[in-house]
Amino acid sequence: MIDPSRRIILKCAGAFGALAMGLVTGLVKSSNAVAAQWNKAGFESKAMADALKALGAGNPVESKDIAITAPDIAENGAVVPIAIVSKIPNTQQILIIAEKNPRPLMATFDVSSGSEGYVSTRIKMGETSNVWAVVKADGNFFAAKKEVKITVGGCG
Amino acid sequence: MAEPMKIRATLQGDVADVRILMLHPMETGARKDSKGDLVPRHFIQNVAVTHNGKPVLDAQWSQGVSRNPFLGLRVKGAKAGDKISVTWIDNKGEKRTDEVTVAAAS
Repeated sequence: MIDPSRRIILKCAGAFGALAMGLVTGLVKSSNAVAAQWNKAGFESKAMADALKALGAGNPVESKDIAITAPDIAENGAVVPIAIVSKIPNTQQILIIAEKNPRPLMATFDVSSGSEGYVSTRIKMGETSNVWAVVKADGNFFAAKKEVKITVGGCG
Repeated sequence: MAEPMKIRATLQGDVADVRILMLHPMETGARKDSKGDLVPRHFIQNVAVTHNGKPVLDAQWSQGVSRNPFLGLRVKGAKAGDKISVTWIDNKGEKRTDEVTVAAAS
């Protein structure tokens, strides 16, 4: 014969489990809403081509209208200043990619009509590598690259 | 508790040059502490900048952005006294919003 108290415990556990699940999914949903969008596939990609694919930026065309300001040689890979100016009309998005970093996609910037096609920030780089600036304008993707030599890597 | 940001917005013609310095560890998840344990990833994922309430820049970041991140942008059609507001949210759900007014060119 089954011990009735054991049944009760099981039922409670079941109810509690369902409640916990509900709480967890609720939390996940609300945090998704707060963290507006974060392109997990792109940011977790381990190769530049995969990251570009995840962003829908298959094969960007090289363009001379994108200027990357970055040091030729960065002594400290933990702080590499990068500035990008896009002169392409209707620039919608600017991406920064450090080609040889463990996860190459560094940042994406959605630029509205209220701001110029300019962003500047600082990134970490593990080793000497090309830094790519990819610009989305009118739904098309353009790219430019600049090599940055790293003396001491800054990923650790 | 998240530390306040340092934001400077200076007018250059009708463009506001905005410079933001956030205080955040931006842990990559690959660094080890003094005991040799991996420090979990902890980094800013989203940054939103608004000009008088209107969004002008929405950024998504990876852990590859440097510690105490810097962000520079230029806001078009700005006037002295306009409000620039910046909000960041990290992967642990911590967030911080700070606001400044655009200063006239000196």
